[in-house]
Parts: sequence; structure tokens; C-alpha cells
Amino acid sequence: MKELIGAYIIWYRDILRFWHDKTRMIGAVTFPLLFLVVFGSGLSARMGTFAPGVDFTRFMFPGVIGMTVLMTSFSAGVGVVWDREFGFLKEVLVAPISRVTVALGKALGSATIAMVQGVVILLFAPLLGIKLSAGTVLELLALMFLLAISMGSMGILLATRIRSMEAFQAVMQMLLFPMVFLSGVFFAVAELPGWMSLLVKVNPATYGVTPLRQVMLGDMAGAFNIEVLGRVMSIWDSVSVMAVFGAAMILLAMWSFGHQE
Amino acid sequence: MNNHAVQVEDLVKKFGNLVAVDKVSFSVSPGEVFGFLGPNGAGKTTTINILCTLLKPTSGQASIGGYDVVRHQSQVRQSIGLVFQDPSLDERLNALQNLRFHAMVYHMPARLRDERIEQMLRMVELWDKRDSEVRTFSGGMKRRLELARGLLHSPKVLFLDEPTLGLDPQTRKHIWEYILGLREREGTTIFLTTHYMEEADKADRIAIIDQGRLVAMDKPERLKAMVGRDIISVKTADDARAAGEIVERYQTNVRRDNGISFEVSCGEEFLPGFIRDFGTRILSISLRHPSLEDVFLKLTGREIREEEVTDTFKATIRQHGRRTRH
Ligand SMILES: Nc1ncnc2c1ncn2[C@@H]1O[C@H](COP(=O)(O)OP(=O)(O)O)[C@@H](O)[C@H]1O
Ligand SMILES: [Mg+2]
Repeated sequence: MKELIGAYIIWYRDILRFWHDKTRMIGAVTFPLLFLVVFGSGLSARMGTFAPGVDFTRFMFPGVIGMTVLMTSFSAGVGVVWDREFGFLKEVLVAPISRVTVALGKALGSATIAMVQGVVILLFAPLLGIKLSAGTVLELLALMFLLAISMGSMGILLATRIRSMEAFQAVMQMLLFPMVFLSGVFFAVAELPGWMSLLVKVNPATYGVTPLRQVMLGDMAGAFNIEVLGRVMSIWDSVSVMAVFGAAMILLAMWSFGHQE
Repeated sequence: MNNHAVQVEDLVKKFGNLVAVDKVSFSVSPGEVFGFLGPNGAGKTTTINILCTLLKPTSGQASIGGYDVVRHQSQVRQSIGLVFQDPSLDERLNALQNLRFHAMVYHMPARLRDERIEQMLRMVELWDKRDSEVRTFSGGMKRRLELARGLLHSPKVLFLDEPTLGLDPQTRKHIWEYILGLREREGTTIFLTTHYMEEADKADRIAIIDQGRLVAMDKPERLKAMVGRDIISVKTADDARAAGEIVERYQTNVRRDNGISFEVSCGEEFLPGFIRDFGTRILSISLRHPSLEDVFLKLTGREIREEEVTDTFKATIRQHGRRTRH
């Protein structure tokens, strides 16, 4: 119980800070929305359809949500580096709550912030001409959360190992962009050349983005499925991969946080 | 188990080849104000970091109120409060939010929380500033807020790592009033480090640490008595002659630097007669009781090496004009 309160207050502080910093949120959702609106309206017609019944916006929307959730949750790990640099981390580390709890609170904080941004984009669906049923929305939220907590934990794991702000930013960029590009956010994975398709399949983000698209496009998603080791990945298959990856990340983050010099 | 507030035995901490803390042993009784005095890099912060569970000792033992700092981390953390050497507030939150965060991670009962927060903020005179973001605070205000935070959960032992470092003299005085008042009001055991010699004087007991080793530990008066006598410095019209006269009359060693200095046992009683009878014309004269700095220099047998001395430290020394050892 004490530990739960501990995780809650660690989480709450992150949310409070995020709330104070509204420009960060506006910045983080503006780019994906502009991308959808500008390219969506300008290019949809010219680029034709990606698959029967799937135009540019429809194809891109789930990918953009996935990208936003992934990038936000992952980069929220910078908060840990920041806290170390500004000394607040010491206040947390000498408090009578376990390091496991601290890591959990932090991962949940990153995930929540990413969820808020993902949901803001989701709210624009009707304006972009995308209709979603309540059931679909719930499924999307669950998938988004899985992606967010996994990537959030990975960001925190990284932040416990890399101690300088500059190094963290550099490593983050280095990992983030390949992860986004090779996850099928911007193009259909099925048509990639062999070596690239291999990279896509070892990229954990793929298993976060693909099911979002499968849920949103329903029957029309067939063209965008991926095949791993001869098996066409169903939503549940992807979710399982992501869950295993996420569990590994959060356990590693907890372990790494508790590691004492 | 024992009833010491802090107990440390043969504590060693190595960073690679560097021995930051070298077989240090001491204990602090409940309610005591215990000062850790030493130059920069002596190992003061490292010792505190081990005591507060931020670092693991390489060998040796340490306990707080009988709880071992390695095996009973959670009990240790619950019983201590800290003001770190470097700032550790969340600057984006306001004073109240910083304290609420603290109260919650220390499991303070909700009933008690707000009352105690108000009491602490009033004590450090920041109640009016409770809704201001911490980043708008001055250095002294931040320090006071950290002090209030360190005390919020009524710790048995409060660690203060250079609590007045970088603050102006007036704020330093102010912080000291709070610290000494605490012992009266809350009976808190206080463990503090400093490299300001004149601040260490206020502790009940002092441990002097140098290059990771404890070189002395006692009450300040007794440490100073160990160096011994009062120091008289005179400037005269003819220092060479005056030096000869002093040696001849008082059979004592003189030191020639910028003037002459020598030691006598009871300066106040010595001076009137000295001035009356002295043959050489005196231009100026001063009497100084031995300070902890003299103790430090005597014990380590050398001047504190320049390269290890920070600007603040240099300023302290210059201010007191005590560059007498060679
Ligand atoms: N994390 C660390 N890694 C390596 N060396 C360290 C570390 N922390 C402190 N030291 C070294 O240990 C010695 C003691 O440092 P410290 O305890 O901070 O001294 P003080 O607080 O007395 O000024 C110094 O030489 C310092 O450079
Ligand atoms: Mg220090």
C-alpha cells in the first residue's frame, strides 16, 4: 500500500510538471496533426489509394498515433536525466520507497503523458473524416497504452544508464528515428526489400504500430499485415510480442534503477 | 543494536584507485550536533552519501539508530532527513508542492501533513512564498526550503552537507539560527559538514577529516586547547630588533612574516605588561586565540594544498589573514 502511494506520487509529480508545461504538449501534437491535414488533403487525391478503400489519411492516421505515442513515451525518459542533473533525483532516491516503485511510477508517468497526446490526436479523427466506433476506440486505447508503457520503460532504462543530457538526447535520436521509420508508420511494410523487411521485423515498435492499423482498418487491413517466420501476425500475436518486450523493459528499468554504486 | 544515533566503523569507500573514505570510525549520540570538518575532496559528502544509502560502502559498517545502512535501507531512509550539498528541489513546482511530494513519499499521515508543512514553512519564513515556483527563489530561500523539507517528516537524524555553502554572511547566520534552534525544539541529532572553520566551532563535537582519514575528534574547545596558546602578532618600527628582544625576554620562538608573531599562554593578561615594557616602538598589535584552522594545520602538518582549495575556501583564508605556515 505504501509503495502504491509512492508510485502514485512519483506519477503525479510527472503529470503536474507536464501540465505546467503546456507548450510541450501543443508542440508534440501539432506536427502529427499538420502532417495529416496538409499531406492528407494535398496528396490523398494524387497518391490514390494504398489498398482498396484505404486512402492516404486512413492509412497514415493509425501510424501517426503510434508514432506520437512511441516518441512521447520514449523521450519522457529524459525527465530522469533531467532530475539527476538538477539534483531532484537524490530527493527521490533517499526517500523510503523502493527503487522498483520509483521506476514503476516513472514508467506510468511517461505512459500517461504519451496517452494524453495520443488521445488528442484521436479526437481529430472525425475532422479528418475517419469514423470510429466506441469499441474500436477502446481497443485503440488499450493498444496505445501497451505501446506507451513499453517504450516509456525503455526510455527510463536508457536514462538510468546514460547520465548526461547531451548523450541521452543523442542516443534517443539515434534509436527513435530508425524505430519510427522501420515500423510501418509511413509505408506498407509488405513491399519492402528483404534486408529492410528484416529490420522491420526485429523492430519492437512494429508490433505496436501494426495492430493499431489492423484495429482501425478492420477488414481492409489485410494488405498491411506482416509475416514473421512464415506466420501472418494477428493482432494478438503482435500484442503478445509487445507485451513480452514491454515486460522485459520495465523489469530491466526497475533493476537498473535499484542498481547502487 | 546500540543506542547511537549514528555509528560508523572502519568505513572505506573506494572509487577505482581513489580511496575517498579511509577506515573512518566515529559515533554520534542522540541530540548531538556533530560537525565534519575538512577541505574540499576530504570525503565528507561521500561519507554522507553512504550514511543516507545513496552509495554502498566498499567495506566497513555504518548504522543509523541501530539500522544498518546496507541491510535496512528502508528504515534508515525513514529515520533521516537531508539537505544535500547541491540543490535538490523541483524548481518547476512551487514550495508547497515540493513539500507535499516529500510528505507523501515519507508516508506522513494526511491529518498531520498540512499542519506540519505550514509549521515548517513558517519556521523558515517562506509561508508567504508557498505558491511561488521554486525557480524564482534566491539561493538562500532555496536552502531554507530544503531545510524545511529535510525536517518535515521529523527525522531522528538530520544531515546537512555544507548547508551554508555559497550563501552571503547574513543568510549564513540566519540558517545557523534555525539549525541551533532545532536542537532545542525538536531534539534532532544533527550531522553537518563544512569547510568553514568558524562554523564548525558551533558544533558540540567535531571530527576533522583529511584525504579520507579522520585526524582528530573532540569538542571544539579541547581541539583548540590541543594547539595550545594564544598568538600575538606585532608590527614595530624595527622588526629585527624587536624579534631579538622578544626571544631574549620571553624565551619563545618568533615567526617573521609580515611582522612578528609568537605564542603566549594567556594573551589577555600578557598584553598590558608587554606593551608597557617593550623597548622597540610598536606600530600595531593583535591577539588571536587558536582557531580550528590552526588545529587543522597542526594536525595535517602542512598548509592545505592550493590545487585542492576552491575559491570560497581561498576567500575564507584570505579574509582571516592567516597564511602563516610555510
Ligand atoms: N562518484 C565519484 N566517482 C569518483 N570519484 C569520486 C566520486 N565522488 C567523489 N569522488 C572523489 O572522492 C573524493 C572525496 O569527495 P567528496 O566526498 O565529495 O569530498 P568533500 O565532500 O569532502 O569535498 C574526491 O577526491 C572526489 O573527487
Ligand atoms: Mg562535499
